[in-house]
Amino acid sequence: MTLNKSKQLLLEMKNIHIDGFSDERWHKILKGVDLTLHRGEILGLIGESGAGKSTMGKAAMGYTQPGCKIIKGEINFNGIDLAKLTEFEKRKIWGTKISYVAQSAAASFNPAHRLMDQTISAANRLKINPTDVLKKDAVQLYESLQLPDAENIGDRYPHQVSGGQLQRIMTAMAMSPRPELIIFDEPTTALDVTTQVEVLSAMRSIVDKFNTAAIYITHDLAVVAQMADRIKVLRYGEEVEEAETRDMLSNPKEEYTKSLWSVRSLIKPEETNEDYMLSIKNIDAAYGSSKVLHNVSIDIPKGKTVAIVGESGSGKSTTARVITGLLPQLKGEIIFDGKKLSPKLEQRSKEELRRIQIIFQMPDTAMNPRQTVDEIIGRPIEFYQGIKGKEREAKVIELLKMIELDETFLDRLPSELSGGQKQRICIARALAANPDLIICDEVTSALDQIVQEGILKLLQKLQKELGVTYIFITHDIATVKAISDEIVVMYQGEVVEQGLKSKILNPPYPDYTELLLSSVPEMDPDWLTNLLNKRSS
Amino acid sequence: MLRLSLGLVTVFAFSVIIFSTFSFLPGDFATEILGQSATKSAVKALRAELGLDKPPLTRYFDWLGNVFQGDFGSSFSGRSKVQGDQGDRSREVVGLIVPRLKNTLFLTGVAAMLAIPLSLILGISAALYRNSYYDRSATGVSLVTVSSPEFFTAYIFILLLATLFPVFPTISNVDEASTLAERFYRTALPVFTLTLITMGHMMRMTRSAIINILSSEYIEMAKLSGASRYEVIVKHALPNAWAPISQVIAINLAYMLIGSVVVEYVFNYQGIGRLMVGSVYNRDLPVVQACALIFASTYVILNLIADLIGIISNPRLLYPK
Repeated sequence: MTLNKSKQLLLEMKNIHIDGFSDERWHKILKGVDLTLHRGEILGLIGESGAGKSTMGKAAMGYTQPGCKIIKGEINFNGIDLAKLTEFEKRKIWGTKISYVAQSAAASFNPAHRLMDQTISAANRLKINPTDVLKKDAVQLYESLQLPDAENIGDRYPHQVSGGQLQRIMTAMAMSPRPELIIFDEPTTALDVTTQVEVLSAMRSIVDKFNTAAIYITHDLAVVAQMADRIKVLRYGEEVEEAETRDMLSNPKEEYTKSLWSVRSLIKPEETNEDYMLSIKNIDAAYGSSKVLHNVSIDIPKGKTVAIVGESGSGKSTTARVITGLLPQLKGEIIFDGKKLSPKLEQRSKEELRRIQIIFQMPDTAMNPRQTVDEIIGRPIEFYQGIKGKEREAKVIELLKMIELDETFLDRLPSELSGGQKQRICIARALAANPDLIICDEVTSALDQIVQEGILKLLQKLQKELGVTYIFITHDIATVKAISDEIVVMYQGEVVEQGLKSKILNPPYPDYTELLLSSVPEMDPDWLTNLLNKRSS
Repeated sequence: MLRLSLGLVTVFAFSVIIFSTFSFLPGDFATEILGQSATKSAVKALRAELGLDKPPLTRYFDWLGNVFQGDFGSSFSGRSKVQGDQGDRSREVVGLIVPRLKNTLFLTGVAAMLAIPLSLILGISAALYRNSYYDRSATGVSLVTVSSPEFFTAYIFILLLATLFPVFPTISNVDEASTLAERFYRTALPVFTLTLITMGHMMRMTRSAIINILSSEYIEMAKLSGASRYEVIVKHALPNAWAPISQVIAINLAYMLIGSVVVEYVFNYQGIGRLMVGSVYNRDLPVVQACALIFASTYVILNLIADLIGIISNPRLLYPK
């Protein structure tokens, strides 16, 4: 983030309109957005899903996804209007003058080729430098991106390296032909917070080093604050506002921009209870021969919320599977409301099954797409409580009101609902069984910030009204602050610590908790710089 | 290794099915050869000589043991009606089958060499120009060829290339003395038939395998890094399509071998398919069993090869973490 940037115009997009074809008709994705970018500058593009930020990023290359088309607008890159070029002419710019870093590195590398070949393929097309020079350069890029074993990592195939490493290799691939502009399309969204820090710092230092201009697309304000000089907020295909990063963070003008912060300000006062709803004791569990839980013991107080946090692979979801009986434990026991639960699902009574319900991360895949809302919520009512006919319908409507929807939703199919509404229906389905314990497995991580806030508030309201106990599995610390009473930190299948929120979130921390908490990006543009300085000292 | 042993088990299971099926067929060779008027004792004597009087289980293991040693037994037909007659012309099954098998392998081999490259090229180019007129007509025509039975295709070829425009012979009789050029010329029509009936399926599956891969994220990534259309297909899509394509090829080669039963009959070609049909007609059990076992093993071997290609072309399986 050098301050003395020459204000030389690199990219100027004017009045971009893009339509997309889906559900048998054309929709407007972008409705006249402007964008300017100078050499060496990083622009953050943020918004929720469906805001058109990814489409805008790809349009900066003159590319639209299949099924989309540019209706009007100019894309002046170095004085050439990309919107007017043929496919063949654009190919000479793609990958070499403008390169692209995608969200899911694992899916964006070709599984059939070695990483080195893919890294240098675009630069090779330029035919300026011979292959061995490019390879040497790629190794240097790997080194400056702090990849382990930079000399040989290129000989591996994509499936042989981790997600965070792949994302850095993709950055090397983008940098290899020394482009004038790189589009980063949500490059760290799929990564754990601890990995995200490493990838962010690697990306930032390499972009600084070569003074490359970049467009950084994300939905996470805190992340973009670390990367961008300027931030542009998009919503429904239109610009909300644009400002220098520091101005934007300290003084957002629009209501909408302010609301993007709101989930982070949601805080629940903590309470605890000596009476436990559920205790799991010394649990070991394994998938086949690979053991994933080691001696896990957790107590869940009645009527309270316990958040289980940790990165992917820490065993949090496996713990949920053991509690529900989907994965019988190898060792240890589960005490539910004073009684021992049998490890196997089939051996639990209907009453025990009714009292523990689960809500999943992806509401899209957790519901039968051919069932109406009425059937989805009505079935557990009928199955667990034996209520039928008119009474059942009244119950369903009562539940819909509880989740702040109404009877007009009864005949809708899941495909006719928004993401937030789907997750509400899933909550209502869990409530329909009238449970004592609900396990929420990353229920908000697939949702946008504002929708997340609504769901979290709803869950809190329901807890107050019904006294239901929650186990909240998440990797997002802001969510934890918003909802939990107690926190359990897990790492590599073991419980690192458990305790009240105030105890866990305040020093002194065990090493891992410290690493996890310090890796959560904050709304301070200097956060990453300060963190890296602190860690290296 | 697991696949290999599974393959062996499959062949073994086939041998049981083949043996039991033919054992339970109504009528037997002894009554067939001696005629309706044969005395009971004569039938009994012949049955004893052929080993047909033993319990089925014993016969099965005798047969299987011999098969392992490469001995498929002797053909029932051609033997003399009187025991100990000097004019016994019964032949070893192996001696009977090998030349016919060579003929069939020649026929299917040539057809495969024609069909595989052609369908790959057509399938890839159809995927490349998806929804163009070329693509639509290619997939449309292939649907017609897949749906027509092989004898029908064969007769169309006879009508066009032998009767209306007499270019090739309708009877594909070759013998040991035939030269290679002669063989190509005489087998042209059966080869065309086999090519056509298998090509449609292979082409369509190649096309859909490639199109399936074209929608993955790494293809978009390749496009955004400036790869040309040709490069996207050949360098990025095809290497990931080998596994499904080789499966389809294996199934079609096996289908080709089975299709040759009908085609050889239509063109009177001296292959293993024609031999099998004739032997079924004569209740010549050892020959029929041997032919069936060969068909079954070919099927298993082809699938093994396809699996192997699937493993070799997939770095995930070739280089575990």
